[in-house]
Amino acid sequence: MTVVYSMQHRDPRDEDLIKGTTGDWEIILGLEVHAQISSKAKLFSGASTEFGAEPNTQVSLVDAALPGMLPVINRYCVEQAVKTGLGLRAKINPYSVFDRKNYFYPDLPQGYQISQFKSPIVGEGEVVIDLAGGRSIAVGIERLHMEQDAGKSVHDLAPGNSHVDLNRSGVALMEIVSKPDMRSSDEARAYVTKLRTILRYLGTCDGNMEEGSLRADVNVSVRRPGEKLGTRCEIKNVNSIRFIGQAIEYEARRQIEILEEGGSITQETRLFDPKAGETRSMRSKEEAHDYRYFPDPDLLPLVLDQADIDRIAANLPELPDDKKARLMSEYGLSAYDATVLVGEAATADYYEAVMKSGKPGRDGKLAVNWMTSDLYGALNREGHTIETSPVSPKQLGELVDLITDGTISGRIAKDVFDSMYKTGRDPAEIVEKDGLRQVTDTGAIEAAVDAIMAANPDKVAQAKEKPALAGWFVGQVMKSTSGKANPQVVNEIIAAKLGASSDD
Amino acid sequence: MMSDLTKLTLAGARDALKAKEITSVELTGAYLKAMEAGKALNAYVTVTADKALEMAKASDAKLAKGEGGALEGIPLGIKDLFATKGVLTTACSHILDGFVPPYESTVTSNLWRDGAVMLGKLNNDEFAMGSSNETSFYGPVVNPWRRNGDTTNLVPGGSSGGSSSAVSARLCLAATATDTGGSIRQPAAFTGTVGIKPTYGRCSRWGVVAFASSLDQAGPITRDVRDAAIMLGSMAGYDEKDSTSVNQPVPDYEAALGKGIKGLRVGIPKEYRVDGMNAEIDALWTRGIEWLKAAGAEIVDVSLPNTKYALPTYYIVAPAEASSNLARYDGVRYGLRVEGKDITDMYEKTRAAGFGAEVRRRVLIGTYVLSAGYYDAYYLKAQQVRTLIARDFAEAYRSCDVLLTPTAPSAAFGIGEKTSDPLSMYLNDVFTVTVNLAGLPGISVPAGLSSEGLPLGLQLIGKTFDEETLLRAAFALEQAAEFTAEPKTWWTA
Repeated sequence: MTVVYSMQHRDPRDEDLIKGTTGDWEIILGLEVHAQISSKAKLFSGASTEFGAEPNTQVSLVDAALPGMLPVINRYCVEQAVKTGLGLRAKINPYSVFDRKNYFYPDLPQGYQISQFKSPIVGEGEVVIDLAGGRSIAVGIERLHMEQDAGKSVHDLAPGNSHVDLNRSGVALMEIVSKPDMRSSDEARAYVTKLRTILRYLGTCDGNMEEGSLRADVNVSVRRPGEKLGTRCEIKNVNSIRFIGQAIEYEARRQIEILEEGGSITQETRLFDPKAGETRSMRSKEEAHDYRYFPDPDLLPLVLDQADIDRIAANLPELPDDKKARLMSEYGLSAYDATVLVGEAATADYYEAVMKSGKPGRDGKLAVNWMTSDLYGALNREGHTIETSPVSPKQLGELVDLITDGTISGRIAKDVFDSMYKTGRDPAEIVEKDGLRQVTDTGAIEAAVDAIMAANPDKVAQAKEKPALAGWFVGQVMKSTSGKANPQVVNEIIAAKLGASSDD
Repeated sequence: MMSDLTKLTLAGARDALKAKEITSVELTGAYLKAMEAGKALNAYVTVTADKALEMAKASDAKLAKGEGGALEGIPLGIKDLFATKGVLTTACSHILDGFVPPYESTVTSNLWRDGAVMLGKLNNDEFAMGSSNETSFYGPVVNPWRRNGDTTNLVPGGSSGGSSSAVSARLCLAATATDTGGSIRQPAAFTGTVGIKPTYGRCSRWGVVAFASSLDQAGPITRDVRDAAIMLGSMAGYDEKDSTSVNQPVPDYEAALGKGIKGLRVGIPKEYRVDGMNAEIDALWTRGIEWLKAAGAEIVDVSLPNTKYALPTYYIVAPAEASSNLARYDGVRYGLRVEGKDITDMYEKTRAAGFGAEVRRRVLIGTYVLSAGYYDAYYLKAQQVRTLIARDFAEAYRSCDVLLTPTAPSAAFGIGEKTSDPLSMYLNDVFTVTVNLAGLPGISVPAGLSSEGLPLGLQLIGKTFDEETLLRAAFALEQAAEFTAEPKTWWTA
């Protein structure tokens, strides 16, 4: 396993520093990720949460804040939050409180958002993120709390008028607050990627950033390496991992430019404009709302039974880090390959199905390569996903076996794979019917070699001087056998005939 | 047919209906007539005569077959704070202009389930904020009682002034009401009626326009204690739509009456004998103690040391919650909207026009006490004091079963007498707010007349979810007091 660095002792890495005109700058990043809880019903009402419905068709009396309406906690959402907390290896608080965050906005019907302020359901945890070069770091989780989403204001339907869609109003969110533990946009992107993976493994958030199921508020500040923290700006509601990276890069450089010109940073909330690739001021600290948080008197404190927490913990799926470690030890995979496979649970599941479908001893490394190059290439090209792959894990495993046992060469295997993908046929059947079996008969190969050597005596002479030219003969033999000759056998025969020993 | 059906108590009417001596249509008709004649009291803001007769007919059909619920055919008035499906519900605020809910509050649903008939919606202080029913957008309610030889119009108490006035003047058999700091018990005391605020969580708040969520509780105002027991039995019950309602079976409250109070320990909290106390109230209290003693109760002196903090605590907690609860009235989705040049202007114009002065005052107080930098000193401190007040009661209940106190510091006062002085108005709640802060049940029972001929009430306070003992004690007090006075019907034109 790679070393996990503890934040307290983390020295700035030179490659993370931004070179200013007056010296180096270190970026300090903390993220607040808003993840929509996967649940059919909203946090405090029974209304549906399905995406893409006609405006205002999924609104209960509670969501529209009619007089006398009261919230009732959706226990399933609570379980999902606990599950997420456990997945983040975080402390679950058996006692948490819902507070009201008061502010006026047309898409906030109650005039307050029900959130958790002083006593969140989940406390400190951590997420291990994987970075380039096999480096891993742990990013601290400060807390996770549940809250309601607001509705959506639509300003472009009629001039001078705004419309409000309350379908999202009351949808359950988890706000996952990291510690300011990230030092580069790469780390921030890796953090969100890993968090998304964990949430998807747990089934507590679908992680769909296009539909707004996952979005991040990014806190950015800069400082001279090792010095005190600088003033931060918060970039609100960034809804793609790529934009998170772009927003950080822009914002850090903006702050450095101000500081290097002798200015100071104003604490404020900013918005990222993806078209312009820049952040813009939304409101300053002075304009910040006084949210007048207080415990929501319509809801009792949320008290969790240890037995319930234990039950959820016992039913937790295998998490990406555990799966990665297991894949490495069980199938002898490299950390890199294992990391690639566990990025999506479905990918790892497919891989394991490949490995378990045949006889023990299937070549695990070869299977990864076929999955990540040929299979993924084809799926992407054809607009499929691993779940809808026309090639089953069993078939891909059989293909790997055919290569391993020498029935076909890697070259031929690519043709067999294409045929499998198009027709859904089994690889063995394709090899037999299309006559693609590898020629390992030394007599036949020797005859082909002799024929080519006889036709090219000058090349033979040259190759005897320079053994590297033997490759030309290999190519000619493969050509004359339509690629079916066993390359190893071809190599050996050519080497023997040229009077040199085989390279391998 | 009896000469005046409105003379019957709820229990009496119920029995007469069951015995087929009268019909609900007759009874309902008599009330609709009385309501028409009693318009000067301004107790009703909406009359649902057609609906009432329709419901009465349906009840008669059931009664004819020997069927029907505990309130079958009983005509009731409903405080305008309760959402009634298809019937204008405004909480007597301009900001809810034209609001007709597509839903029925749980408490009123329970009443209709048991066969009750709706006569209409009763006036109240705007959003239940007031102690005299003078803050209603629809104008003040007039108390049917007048001082001897005086024609000054008096307040019926508040915020459930429409309920108390209507029950007292026989414009309904009983009424629903709500109590956040005394809004059931003080109006009952001012009008010679019985009002019970049950334990917090006993009645569902679902569909009741919220004032202060942690204090609001529904209850009835009735002619007598038996009627209160019957009404509460129908109104109460667990409701999964209200997370603060408590899942406990509803006992047969009526059956608890008449069991006597021999050996019952009645606590007398010394802190309720406040400085400058009205001598008549003090004397009535003493008389009450003697009555209960004579009925076999054991009188115990108890102390509730934090009582003096109750009123300031209440006037922090209630406005704080109200400021947030009333944020939804923004002109966006329902009710009043006054257009503005942008959204903020629309909010400001709508809320300035929609809320009356007292509501605006409390929204401002509430916003202030929750603000950054003030929260700890006001709201948080108030919540801590609230815990102490609840602890005082728990301590007192180690040596007694119920407490006896006055309900209000005075008899009903004149309309307009206290409107210019909010603080003296707030003092009306001095004996009642502690009960809300501690979440306990309390009942006001008419116990005598002042020298000016106005009704005065005594309050009994019970243990959490022990409404049975509370009603049993109230019934004994009622029997001892023998309060039979009635207001003169000056209001019938």
